[in-house]
Amino acid sequence: MSTLIAAVLFIGVIAYALFGGADYGAGFWDLTAGGPARGSHTRELIDLSLSPVWEANHTWLIFCLVTIWTGFPQAFTAITTTLYIPLGLAALGIVARGAAFAFRHALTQSRGEQISGVAFACSSVLTPFVFGTIAGGIASGRVPLAGHGDALSSWVNPTSALGGVLAVTVCAYLAAVFLTGQAQRRRDTSLERAFRYRAFGSGTVAGLVAFVGVFVLHADSPRLFHQLSTAGAPLLVVSGLCGLAALLLLRRGRPAVVRTLAAVAIATVVAGWGVAQYPYLLGTHLTIRQAAAPAASLWVLFAVSCVAAVLIAPSLLLLYRLQLRRKLG
Amino acid sequence: MLLSALVGTADPPQLLPAREQMAFTLGFHIILVPFGVAFTFMMLVCHYRALRRDDQHALLLAQRWSKVAAVLFAVGAVSGTVLTFELGLLWPGLMGKYGPAFGFPFAIEGLFFFLEAIFMAIYIYGWKRLPPWPHFFTGLVVTLASVGGTASVIAANSWMNQPTGVTVSNGHVVGVTPSKVFFNGAFWWEMVHMLLAAYIVAGFMVAGVYAWGLFKGRRDPYHRLGFLVPFTVAAIAMPLQFLVGDTIARQVYDREPSKFSAIELVPTTSNHVPETLGGIFVDAKVRYGIRLPDVASILAGFTPSTTIKGFDAIPVAVRPADAVVSIVHLSFDVMVATASLLLLLSLWFGWLWWRRREVPTNRWFLCSSAVAGLVALVSLESGWVVTEVGRQPWTVVGLLQTKDAVATQGNLWPLFATVLAIYLCVAVGALFVLRTMRRRWSEEGTDAVAVPYGPWPTPAMDERAVGADGV
Repeated sequence: MSTLIAAVLFIGVIAYALFGGADYGAGFWDLTAGGPARGSHTRELIDLSLSPVWEANHTWLIFCLVTIWTGFPQAFTAITTTLYIPLGLAALGIVARGAAFAFRHALTQSRGEQISGVAFACSSVLTPFVFGTIAGGIASGRVPLAGHGDALSSWVNPTSALGGVLAVTVCAYLAAVFLTGQAQRRRDTSLERAFRYRAFGSGTVAGLVAFVGVFVLHADSPRLFHQLSTAGAPLLVVSGLCGLAALLLLRRGRPAVVRTLAAVAIATVVAGWGVAQYPYLLGTHLTIRQAAAPAASLWVLFAVSCVAAVLIAPSLLLLYRLQLRRKLG
Repeated sequence: MLLSALVGTADPPQLLPAREQMAFTLGFHIILVPFGVAFTFMMLVCHYRALRRDDQHALLLAQRWSKVAAVLFAVGAVSGTVLTFELGLLWPGLMGKYGPAFGFPFAIEGLFFFLEAIFMAIYIYGWKRLPPWPHFFTGLVVTLASVGGTASVIAANSWMNQPTGVTVSNGHVVGVTPSKVFFNGAFWWEMVHMLLAAYIVAGFMVAGVYAWGLFKGRRDPYHRLGFLVPFTVAAIAMPLQFLVGDTIARQVYDREPSKFSAIELVPTTSNHVPETLGGIFVDAKVRYGIRLPDVASILAGFTPSTTIKGFDAIPVAVRPADAVVSIVHLSFDVMVATASLLLLLSLWFGWLWWRRREVPTNRWFLCSSAVAGLVALVSLESGWVVTEVGRQPWTVVGLLQTKDAVATQGNLWPLFATVLAIYLCVAVGALFVLRTMRRRWSEEGTDAVAVPYGPWPTPAMDERAVGADGV
């Protein structure tokens, strides 16, 4: 049962990495789009694509948090009492980002739009970076069993740095792929080309970061490296192939195919992390089983997940379909 | 001085910043809750009227309200996310020990919130794009999901007041009965209380905007409807809230005697307890205030001989500080006083409506209605202070003290300072945005304003030219 809930938790993490990630990535391209005049075209596309879905995309984070604190409370507090600095930064980043995005819409063609636009774009880069460092801290076993680990070295370390940079580049890559499709659907060839280049660029950078990451992990987190290169290896291979295929098909492939390939590439990397951790939740000192809450709480979580699958999944599909259809009309 | 009085010398150093930050962020979030929960309902009332009677004014109101709701919903969503983080960052003692019980209602809340966010987006997107009735029903999902979300959060909060359904051994939760945790003794009434409060606050706040317009002489059908719908909702909820509040007070008397002793300012267990209006607690004695003989006893048990447990009945180790008691008592008084004013206003409205069957044009009435929203907000905040501060020194009554729940890592002051600064920006930004929306509507028309979920302004769209003079 506890393993099942851990799997559910990881599905939430993957969903957040994909949907939230694409969202953050769009903010990255917003930040790098250039001055108000030059970037307006790009920003308009980003806003059009993001507007209907940005809220729903971030609900996955709430899902992950409540699952971990209900299902694995001990691990949750160990994490929050150790990684409180990056977690605090992430929370502030989320406020700044969400509020600024909401305000920017209502303040079109004014100074307020620029100010909130800058706040939105900067926090869109900061937040995934911080989440990446948190993931790195957890994955490299720097969160002690009783919590209260080192406040700095738990997230300022090679694996965390790798996690942060990888998170930002992967988000940018994912968003660029999605936005290429959006531009294509709107028959905007110049934007389509621009985002295809961006997808190429960020995809290549993400690949390089991952390659360098192999050495970083080898030196900094031997256990993670070992697990990734054995149990997690098939997933990483799939990820690499899909990522490569998505880049190659970017020009000619159908947007849906390319999008799926890119999503699989990211999902498998995150799943690889999960497989590498198994059966531990924290380092090699807390197993999933040991950390689990009483069975009744786990069953509630399981029931909630089932209801979510029945209710939320079709609603999300409806939302995404409506969003796509609007672009056609 | 007040702050230092609130924190005893033996308390952990992080207790003060943690409590202040939690109080501040919750107090901020609770202002936005009524708009997500109740404002969307009023928007649907207008929408329904627009569809049924082909009323263009109602349609315009529904469209504009949906855009306001979208902005406030977005701000509420992010401030809610921060609360999620804070539960872990500020109160690891609570989450680590009681996460299996206290945590799962939030999982259910997450479900409802997910639905709300999705259908909010579809509803906002759906204007002029979805067929009218299906579009209306997507809005209905938002309102229903918000009720579910409120219930879940209140389940967690009421469990802290009357924790049931957990087996604790060696400081660890070893068994959980989810149904008893969720439907704990305080759940139902607290839930109804909060729901009504949301409808009252949103109703009076929105009505106030149009009352001001009516006061300034804009007596067109658009303003009349914009006033009538929310005000009626709030005026109906107001007397119900009194009944519910009164019932809850008696339940608190029954089941949370120490909170009740603070509310009624009762130093020693006794009967014939007077109701003290105003007044504070100094050295465990009542000072100042007006005393109405026997009234507290009568309210608690319908007879003057009803015994009320006093401050002296609380074990010394878990007695709240004098300042805490005073805050609870004064907050309760403020809540009841403001609610009474609102009840009078509702009755006044009922009287005027009964006489004339039209939106009152009495200037005093319109003036009072314009500020009623702020009064309702004060009532909401003070009621929330009564629940939360009244539970001290406990976080989970009888199981976990606040000083054991609080974080011990690092220094929380910088985080609190940053939170204050960012929330200030968000609050100023939100008010500025609402003002801008209002101005643009009056100058350029409904479609001039884009919202977080909806389409961007398209100048070519037809503007239904009614009520173009603002809000």
